Amino acid sequence: MGRRILFITTDQQRYDTVGANGGTLSRTPVLDGLAAEGVRYERCQPTSVVCMPSRSSMLTGQFPTTHGAWMNGVPLAIDAPSVAENLHDAGYATALIGKAHFEPFMDPFGLYAENALANLGIPTIEQDWFDGRRGVHRGFDHLEFATHGVMGSLHYAKWMNEEHRDAIRGFYQVVDRDLNVNAAGGGDTSAPQVKFNAVPRELYHTDWVADRTISWLDQQPADKDWFCWMSFPDPHHPWDPPQSEIGRVPWRDVPLPANYPERASDREAILDEKARHWRAWYDGRVVSNYEAPAKWVPATMSADQVREVNALNAVEVELVDEAIGRVLKAVHAKGWADDVDVIFTTDHGELQGDFGLLFKGPYHVDALMRLPLIWRPARSTKPEPSVVRAPVSLVSLAATFLEVAGQPAPSWVEGQSLPTTDDEAHARTFDATVTEWDSSLFGHDVHVRTVVTDAHLYTEYGAGTLHDGSEGELYDLADDPLQRHNRFDDPEMASVRSTLSERLHAHEHRPGERAVPGVVMAPV
Amino acid sequence: MWNVVCRPESIPTWFPGIVSCTVDGNVRVITTATGLDMPEEILTIDPHIRKFAYRITAPLYKFHLGEIDVIEIGVNDSLCVYSTTALPDTLALLIAGGTIGALDQIQRIAEGARV
Repeated sequence: MGRRILFITTDQQRYDTVGANGGTLSRTPVLDGLAAEGVRYERCQPTSVVCMPSRSSMLTGQFPTTHGAWMNGVPLAIDAPSVAENLHDAGYATALIGKAHFEPFMDPFGLYAENALANLGIPTIEQDWFDGRRGVHRGFDHLEFATHGVMGSLHYAKWMNEEHRDAIRGFYQVVDRDLNVNAAGGGDTSAPQVKFNAVPRELYHTDWVADRTISWLDQQPADKDWFCWMSFPDPHHPWDPPQSEIGRVPWRDVPLPANYPERASDREAILDEKARHWRAWYDGRVVSNYEAPAKWVPATMSADQVREVNALNAVEVELVDEAIGRVLKAVHAKGWADDVDVIFTTDHGELQGDFGLLFKGPYHVDALMRLPLIWRPARSTKPEPSVVRAPVSLVSLAATFLEVAGQPAPSWVEGQSLPTTDDEAHARTFDATVTEWDSSLFGHDVHVRTVVTDAHLYTEYGAGTLHDGSEGELYDLADDPLQRHNRFDDPEMASVRSTLSERLHAHEHRPGERAVPGVVMAPV
Repeated sequence: MWNVVCRPESIPTWFPGIVSCTVDGNVRVITTATGLDMPEEILTIDPHIRKFAYRITAPLYKFHLGEIDVIEIGVNDSLCVYSTTALPDTLALLIAGGTIGALDQIQRIAEGARV
């Protein structure tokens, strides 16, 4: 009998939304408790700031330029490496419940298993594996899927449409008639992607994911090892939590984010220091990511809209925290309290008002890149509580799961397992992490590489339709923690810039086999 | 290659994700694996220039024109060009994704027939 693994992810959650990380808007006692018992990471970065590449990195332990799912809408190859396959081979029961998103959601031709399983009524299907064998889909022998609402053919949407049809009207319509991400506003302030949702709390996807996880855990024999990826779709937009819960965080009382200067001229001055696509998006001249509503102009966003979005986001974070608490109770009731490693993180962050922007895109700053990461090792290992300040990456998750399971890391894993202390991090050279962005959509090509150390955040923009290849950003994280003053062209920073540029060059030329980059099959 | 694509009722054999269709005159209705029915108007089936053209008439599309041209480039070799113009952009992207798989399948069937 080994250590079981409960891997919990949310979608698009900022570092500062967790109480243990200093967040004050949402109450997260369950996550705070896990952090107090285990390891809290202060600078965890994603490999990408959008879902599909980032989630694929969690599964494969590889950067997007290696696993090939380089932007949203590019499916991860069905025979890409998967840590779940290795755990399955090691005798683990394996489940993924909630949001997967290794394959495009928009799938009118029904090409992808993720979108077909609910209608097929089977828990998994046989597919090609990375090592040439065939086995359960990406190594998971149980899959139940949900995403941000009730559209599509995933399990949650099917259940809502079949069993609770009256409640589906309450959800925000995620896309408009042109199949663009909807810009329509709602709530009290007409903020985009906001709606008062009359759905009863127990029918909302957060509670559904927890319920289905508990149901799967209940079916596991007491002596069985298991790996369960419980993946909440929230607090990703739309912000339409159950209306019964929104009184928890009255938006009128919500302070504006530290990185939201209230005067437009101040915001614009900050944006003008950054690469040109920042201001171009703010002014509505360019939308370089499908998930930012095409018909919404950030410059039109009011301070009250920022407050309401932050309030609803906080409500969603609280509901997730409570759902995790229910699942942990179920784990304890099964007698596994001492034998389960709990790892909590998210795939990327959310701008959430910073610099006058919402949503996400090729904007590599802490709002999108600094993630909550908590690892509560199994109590049987007698973990020492600690805080790791060294930079770590989600690319390390796969190797970490295998280490917990007592399995060797295969050669295809690019990230080494997570350190549990700063001393260990320094000894094992955790000193920098890289985040990649490549996109080619509707005439806009954008290529971004960022390296983060404990002192600096450095970005280079490759040549594309919005950049000529000479632009970049450099922030001193000690003097400028909000990343407002771009020092890319500051002569005093020439040496730092040169060193960090070499780090990016080394990343681009790292050894190892790369998958053929996948094809864009859908916008998301 | 022309023999693969010239019959409108053959589309389920070479377009991944289209599971069935009905053809009545110049109206074809395809059904996708997700159960989506999409009506189409067949505009041209011209064996002389080996051109098949059709238009998706489902209201979701503001505009659609699909053209398949088979061009002889040698005694035993043809080039298949499958072009789609569509609005809105998102639907164009989704069709383009499907078309990539269709071209692969057309090639496989045509080369299999040649062997």
